[in-house]
Formats: sequence, structure tokens, C-alpha cells
Amino acid sequence: MIYDQARYTEGNKHEPLLSEKDDTTVAVDETDSPLPDELTRDELTLPGLSEPEIARHYTRLSQMNWSIDSGPYPLGSCTMKYNPKFTEDVAADPNAAIHPDRSASSAQGNLGVLYGLQEYLATIGGMDAVTLQPPAGAAGEFTGILVAKAYHDHHGNDRSEVIIPASAHGTNFATAAMAGYDVVELPSDEGGRVDLEALKAAVSEETAALMLTNPNTVGLFERDIVEIAETVHEAGGLLYYDGANLNALLGRGRPGDMGFDIMHYNVHKTFATPHGGGGPGAGPVGVVDELSEFLPSPRVRETDDGDYERFDPDHSIGKVHGFAGNWLVLIKAYAYIARLGDEGLADASAKAVLNANYLAEQLEMDVPYGPFHHEFAATAGDRDAADVAKRMLDFGVHPPTTKWPEMVPEAMLTEPTEIENCRTLDQLAEAFNNAYSDTDEAIETAPSRTTASRIDQVSAARNPRLSWQALDE
Amino acid sequence: MSFDVPDDLTYLESHEWTTTDDPTVRIGITDFAQDELGDVVFVELPAVGDEIEAGSAFGVVESIKAVSDLYAPISGEVTAVNEELFDQPELVNDDPFGDGWMLEVAPSDEAAFDGLLSPDEYRDQIA
Repeated sequence: MIYDQARYTEGNKHEPLLSEKDDTTVAVDETDSPLPDELTRDELTLPGLSEPEIARHYTRLSQMNWSIDSGPYPLGSCTMKYNPKFTEDVAADPNAAIHPDRSASSAQGNLGVLYGLQEYLATIGGMDAVTLQPPAGAAGEFTGILVAKAYHDHHGNDRSEVIIPASAHGTNFATAAMAGYDVVELPSDEGGRVDLEALKAAVSEETAALMLTNPNTVGLFERDIVEIAETVHEAGGLLYYDGANLNALLGRGRPGDMGFDIMHYNVHKTFATPHGGGGPGAGPVGVVDELSEFLPSPRVRETDDGDYERFDPDHSIGKVHGFAGNWLVLIKAYAYIARLGDEGLADASAKAVLNANYLAEQLEMDVPYGPFHHEFAATAGDRDAADVAKRMLDFGVHPPTTKWPEMVPEAMLTEPTEIENCRTLDQLAEAFNNAYSDTDEAIETAPSRTTASRIDQVSAARNPRLSWQALDE
Repeated sequence: MSFDVPDDLTYLESHEWTTTDDPTVRIGITDFAQDELGDVVFVELPAVGDEIEAGSAFGVVESIKAVSDLYAPISGEVTAVNEELFDQPELVNDDPFGDGWMLEVAPSDEAAFDGLLSPDEYRDQIA
């Protein structure tokens, strides 16, 4: 594919800021302000631009950016799925836009959707109870571990450690530390999975929980999961499932059936809601029965009359976010699950695994660990994975996750997801192979066809040029 | 790749070095540590007069790859801070045992250096 990203340049700047395009100043009448003079202004710069100018500004910014709507985005462990547009229509429906303080009796439809999503997620994960409140995956993890802590405290068990495999997401370590636990890092065995003997040596009466991702971060299914669960449970610990890779299991296996007690769902990964770039997300948490009374409040339940009501679990850890969570994200996840249904969800996981395996077969790079599921960690060998990735940008695709997990040298963690067809996977494979076999000079100076060329990360970090300061210069 | 491990210093498993001079010691991070971190972009250090405690974090070093805590080899009072690092964090990369030093500390305990690594022990650790 021939690819050249859009460039709109004025002087030495790409598409100037709105306030650089026009600096119309308007007088402000602040005579009635109760604030002291030093806190108020007499005039304000407000760009006086026409609607077409503004529309073009944002369109240009979007063209100089990359998204799943632009092309393949195989960012391993991130599950960058296409976001079906019908879910935007559902979220934009005026009936969806109600104030969260409305009485339960006047919000039955919305509460019904929340209840329905709790039930969907519980069924998918094999859990008994679900909270929709956490606003992101990491927030879900933190909530889940706080629930585990509340459970242990409630039973008078003062435990101090959380066990985490070395290959886990960095957020797991941060979650355990933020919840006040000491982290015990577990080495991987030669095959890239949890080392069962090391686990047996690590568990003790101090073990509050084991946090595990399954399939793990190189796409390997933890085959010993039943024995892992028994080992942790026998020590009185809980088993936490990181839902980052749930897309590989949808409709095929359930964390609850494997022995997990707590899990979070990344609805932006598994259920195709937007990743949001730090904007609103959702990281619901599911638990088994005996942990349900510790979940955040409020939750939603169905009454004997078939109505829906909010309620506070008996020993709730309290709120982790406002109201029911990020409603407009949750309703998109609900819509996606309802549209795909049982067969569609199971089909998604099958195709996610097939696509990853097909793509890996087309690559000239080695894939040290396998057989894998929905993602794989190829190695760039003696080449710099970041350089290869930058070169891939020149071929009209987004590169995979690079240099992680660290158990694979110069890793390129790749997850095409189920959304790509064979033609796109071939294009992706071509980009991988072209970049991987390119000259040192080509990859070290790449990318050249994108709006911005190679970023000088060191200078950017040491001497950041902040826009608000730049405007004053 | 071989890393510089000067013979006149004492080391921590967490890759800090310290002199054992009297009355103040000088502390920094090793050649191996700066190489692992990559380009250092920010260093956060305590102020002169602050107390640091052996085995506890006394500061932070940030590179384009990672943010890492800095661990104190000894307990004592900070008597000098290398303020050059605030404007030129690259000194940690360019000269980790020289201009890239971080703190000078007056140790509060004479037995403070027990349990630290000799140059040979540290060489074994990073081998």
C-alpha cells in the first residue's frame, strides 16, 4: 500500500492552534464581579473563526492522527477493536440522556440497561455479582483488590502480600502497592507460563491474592489454572483475573469456572467501546457470591415486582466513582453484547485467535512462545523493535506494542483482533516484513511518510515545550 | 558489554554506589544502572538537611524508559545535593561515578556499611 499521511503546515508548525489562527480580543464586563481585581480580567482572547474554519481545523487534526478508523491497529494487549457506529447512535439517543439523580421510578429503562449489563457480564465471566462503577481497567483492578482486602479484613485475616507473575501488566503491581500490599513477583517457567513450583513456594498465610491474566501477556493459556487456583485457595488467598485478554476466551471459557474469585472487564477492549485516550472508560468488576457484599455502591437489582432499584451492598467499600459509573460507555458495551449475542461473542474470540495465528505465520520474525491465542510476541532479534515499529508507520499501519513483555527480547506484541479480514492481515504482514528487512538507515530515521517524523524523546522530556507557555512567547 | 565498577566504591544490590569517606560520603548510581535506564531526563533529590534512611527510597530517577526509586546505602543527614542534575540530568549517563553524583551525606551510624557489596560482589551481580 502507498501511504502518505496528511500534512498541513504553516511556517514550522503543523496546523496551528485556534488561538494562533486568530487572536480577536473581546472586552469583558466585570464590574459586577465579587472577585478581587487581581483575579479578574478586562479582556479575553477568543478566536473569532467561522464554522468552516473550525470544522476544517478539527478534520485536519484527525487526518494527521491515527485511529482504528484509519487502518489496522494491532497493539498487543490493548485489543484495539473497531468501535461499531451503531453504539454511538444508542448512546446519543435522547432517552439515554437522563440525570443520574433521577428517582429510580422515573429511570426504569436506564436502570434496566445497567442491570442487564451486570447480568451479561456476570454470565460471560462466570461471576455472581458485578459492579459497573469503576471508570477504567486500572480502576477496576484497584476496586477488585480493595474488595479482596475488605473481605480479608471482615474475616479478621490480616494479610500483607499480593503475588503477581513477572509477565503481568504494570498496573497489577501498581494496584497491589496502592492498596497497601507488598508485591511478590513470580518468575515464569521456561514455557512462558506461571511456574507452579515457584507459586507453591510463594503462597503463605500472608497471601491476600494472586493476580493473573489468562491467556497471559504473550497469548499463552495458563493450562495449570485449576491447580494454580487450588494452591492459592488452600493458602486462604483469593484469585484475581485481569480481564485484559478476555477477548480470547469470550464464549469459550469463563474465569469463574477456572476458580477465579474476582475479575475486571475492560469494556473498551472486549466489548468494543472507545479506548478514549484517557477519556471516560469503564472497568466493571465481577466477584463470586461471598465477595458481593463488599462491592462499591450503588448497584442495581431487580425487585420481586420486576422493577429495578439501586441498593448499597452491606459491607460496601463505598464509592469508587460517581453514580453508576460512566453510563455512556456502559450503554455502548450493553449494545455491543446485545447485538452480537452468544454466537457472535463466541465467533469473535474464535476469529481473534485465528487472525493472530494467521498473521504470525506470515511473519519473517520468530515467535518464541506458543501455541498462543489472540496475541503473540514476535522478536525483532538483533534489530531494535522500536525502529522496526517506527518504519511500519510508513506502510500505512499502526505498529504493535514494542519491547514488552520483557521476557521476549525486542518484543513486538501483536494482536490483530477479530475485526481484520484476510486482505488487511496480509497488508499488515507485508508492513511487518518490509520494515523488519529494511536497511539500518531506513529504520533508524523512520517514519518519513507520517505527518510528524521521528520524535526526539529525550529532548522532549528534558526540554518540554508546553503549548500554554509557547503561546506567551 | 562490560560496565565500569570502580574499586574504591561500595555498592547496593539496587545499583547505587557510595564512597566510604569520613566524615561525609558521596552517593550516585552505577554505570550499569544508567545503561539499563537509558537517557535520564529527570532526577528528584532530597534537600540539604533532610535525613535519609538506609534501605529506604531517597529520590527518583526518570528516564525515557522507566521511573525508578533511588535507595539509600546508609542513614544520615544530607550535606550536599548535586544541583547540576536538575538542569543536566544527562550527567548521570555521561559520568555516573563523577559529575553525575547525587548526594553527600554525613552518616549517623559507623557500622553503616555492613551488608553492602564489594566491587567484586557487585561485578558478580551484574555479570
